[in-house]
Amino acid sequence: MTSPLLDKLNTLDRRWIFLSMALAVLSPILLQIGSDETPSPPTIKLFDEIERLPEGSRILMAMDFDPTSAAELYPMALSFTRHCCLRHHKLYFVTIWPTGKPMIESTIKAVIGADFGSGDRPYQYGVDYVNLGYLAGEAVAISQISSDIRKARPQDARGTSLDELPIMSGVISVKEMDLIVNASAGFPGGKEWVQYAATPQKVPIAVGCTGVQSTQLFPYYPDQLLGLVTGIRGAIEYETMLAAKYPNPYANRSKRPAFLRGGAQRWAHRLMIGLIVLGNGIHLANRYRRTTHP
Amino acid sequence: MSKTVPVLIASIVGCLMIVAYFSPPLLPARQMAEDWFTIVATIAIFLGGANLCLHHLKKISDREAGWGFSAVTLISFAITIAVGLLKIGVVPESEQQIKLAWSGPFQQEGSGFWWIYQYLFSPIVSTMFALLAFYVASAAFRAFRAKNLEAILLLITALIVLVGQTRDREITSLFLPPPAEGTPPYVPIADLTEFIRKTFVTAGQRAIMIGIALGVVATSLRILLGLDRSYLGGDE
Amino acid sequence: MNRETRFWTVLFLGGCLLLAFQSLRTERGVGQQFVVRVDATTGKIIPPAADASDNSAAAVKTVIYEPASKDDPEAIWSFSRTSGIWIAALLTLCVFSYLYRDNVCYKLAESIIVGVSAGYWIVTYYWEVLIAKVLLRLSPELARYAFLPDTPADAKADYLCIIPVVLGCMVFCRLIPKIAWMGRWPLAFVVGTTAGLKLILFLNADFVRQIRSTILPLVVFSATASGGSELDWKQSIQNIVIVISVLSCVTYFYFSVEHKGIVGRISRVGIWVLMISFGASFALTVMGRITLLTMRLQFLFDDWLGLVRI
Repeated sequence: MTSPLLDKLNTLDRRWIFLSMALAVLSPILLQIGSDETPSPPTIKLFDEIERLPEGSRILMAMDFDPTSAAELYPMALSFTRHCCLRHHKLYFVTIWPTGKPMIESTIKAVIGADFGSGDRPYQYGVDYVNLGYLAGEAVAISQISSDIRKARPQDARGTSLDELPIMSGVISVKEMDLIVNASAGFPGGKEWVQYAATPQKVPIAVGCTGVQSTQLFPYYPDQLLGLVTGIRGAIEYETMLAAKYPNPYANRSKRPAFLRGGAQRWAHRLMIGLIVLGNGIHLANRYRRTTHP
Repeated sequence: MSKTVPVLIASIVGCLMIVAYFSPPLLPARQMAEDWFTIVATIAIFLGGANLCLHHLKKISDREAGWGFSAVTLISFAITIAVGLLKIGVVPESEQQIKLAWSGPFQQEGSGFWWIYQYLFSPIVSTMFALLAFYVASAAFRAFRAKNLEAILLLITALIVLVGQTRDREITSLFLPPPAEGTPPYVPIADLTEFIRKTFVTAGQRAIMIGIALGVVATSLRILLGLDRSYLGGDE
Repeated sequence: MNRETRFWTVLFLGGCLLLAFQSLRTERGVGQQFVVRVDATTGKIIPPAADASDNSAAAVKTVIYEPASKDDPEAIWSFSRTSGIWIAALLTLCVFSYLYRDNVCYKLAESIIVGVSAGYWIVTYYWEVLIAKVLLRLSPELARYAFLPDTPADAKADYLCIIPVVLGCMVFCRLIPKIAWMGRWPLAFVVGTTAGLKLILFLNADFVRQIRSTILPLVVFSATASGGSELDWKQSIQNIVIVISVLSCVTYFYFSVEHKGIVGRISRVGIWVLMISFGASFALTVMGRITLLTMRLQFLFDDWLGLVRI
């Protein structure tokens, strides 16, 4: 049996696949096609917890990611921080990734600097939020701040002694936190926060993680993890909830980076499904050809 | 001596970490060990830097194939270190800091080190990871084949989750009778994705997790008892 | 040049020309970045006009630059940020060029990133650990005088800190063959600390707690509105599947017994569960990589070429 099409598909240059992937992602970007999401229970639980906590609750924002995972986690970091600021919680930013410090600074600037730095109740550094910066020692650093934050870092990211900051009064370790919110890209990240801090110290924790890491964290939910926001879908879900609850200004597209990535996601997923189906069609056709014309 | 002392160090400090977990009076000793750990591990990073320099300097001096790229690596390494350590472009942020030459955060926005992170480090590493989107698509087309039962299970789950992760999953509700007024449409694939996540994925990962935990415990015990000395390397 | 290469070259050049034409039409310009001058100590914007008149050393020392819109009356064009965007875009294209085939541009980007990332780690550890932790403890006076002016005046030196410094420096013994064995001491310290910590924490979080989470009721009854109870078949099925799946997977990982007979059949179910789990992992990995690609394309087409207004 001869089939020129099948022969062509068997020897298809992979650069055609690359080109089709580039077009599938690029077209929605150029046409500005976004996508909303229906919130899933693990995301809703984190949202509800931040809503439920009384104003002024202490939340540790652990930003353990870098530019390689910022596509999924930076929109999450923005949404989590915005939500906490809307509820006027006290925020303690920290990272155990050396490359995570610029991510914290960028988040603080985009959220607190842009939306909450002025007005009736402006967020004040040292009073309402603090940047504890980078903690060296990877997972051991989590263990350190679980017993004493000052042992891990006696000063904040600006070099100010922690004892001089009003927000740190009464805060000795992670145990004083009402919630840990972690944006996690891998090791060390959500898994280590669960193992080294949340489980032994019994502090509630919710993790926003990359799609790649999410399967590793599923077994912790719901017993050891209060909430789990997964990949760009989770980020869109959180933005959707934030937009529904606080439409002004969070329903605005410019405040929804994850939403804008959702369109490309949808088209690329369609392409992937198509490629898998086509690949298997070719496989079956080849098998048929081999059995009928050995 | 060459192996006994390190085995003793590992055993003593390891046992201290375990005992201190159950005995609060020993907490300060554990905190001290953790603190020392960060300092020792940090200094080891500098050994990594020294090794990188030696490796590339050797490649350059031997004129090995691609030695020019080694030179690029060394130059970018030296520039990054010089810019970061000298805090080039960092300005004091408070009246108190003005008097000090090296005050101000080393990653301050607008500084040389910030520039390197923002315009060299960030675009290159993130684009390298983004390349995987293309290769994953190519692999899906070429290698993701239903060759046996295991592969079929893998493939079908991947397809279900791929559909379930975007709003395209709502297409599946079109084949069902319209929902009662005021109720959201039932989306079978959304439920199926959630069921897979809650059951098979959680269970599979949990079993792996339990296995890893047992492995970690066994290896740790062997290290603390001095039975496993592989981390010390060969005889020197 | 064969037909295929000609085709891809034409496609590439055509794309470049199209992009160049499109970007010349945009108002934002290609990769143009603007900033405002801000007094770092007060946070106030310094108008561009004050540049020439206010030239005191103190004022110059405290100026930082914040990103601004081109339309901002106080905005000035930024050479460093504009060149940065261009370099970042060209490096992004260099990395993408690998999709065509391995080439010099890709190798150049690769070499740069090796050097930059190693340098980045060393600088970060130098400031964050050696200065902010070690020097601060060994000599708070010097730290306050030279690097960290906000160090409390009553901070006392902690000379015990010299021990990990010496221990850490012993790793360099590995470079000298005669005393290379001494390089094992710091390694042993690091391995011992990690082993001790992990033994307890893994046992607690990943073993005991996971087993506890798997001990589930196989038949679940839920309360009804009338005060009675009814079989919650959905939850019951879910729990049964979880328990069977975990047990079968654990059996598959149990290598002390030959996988034959009943054990073989159970472990086969374990393989199926793992395959389903890996299928989901694959789909979720795809999701992450595509998002990253989206971000890079947004950077090229929005931040650099200005073709999208997000």
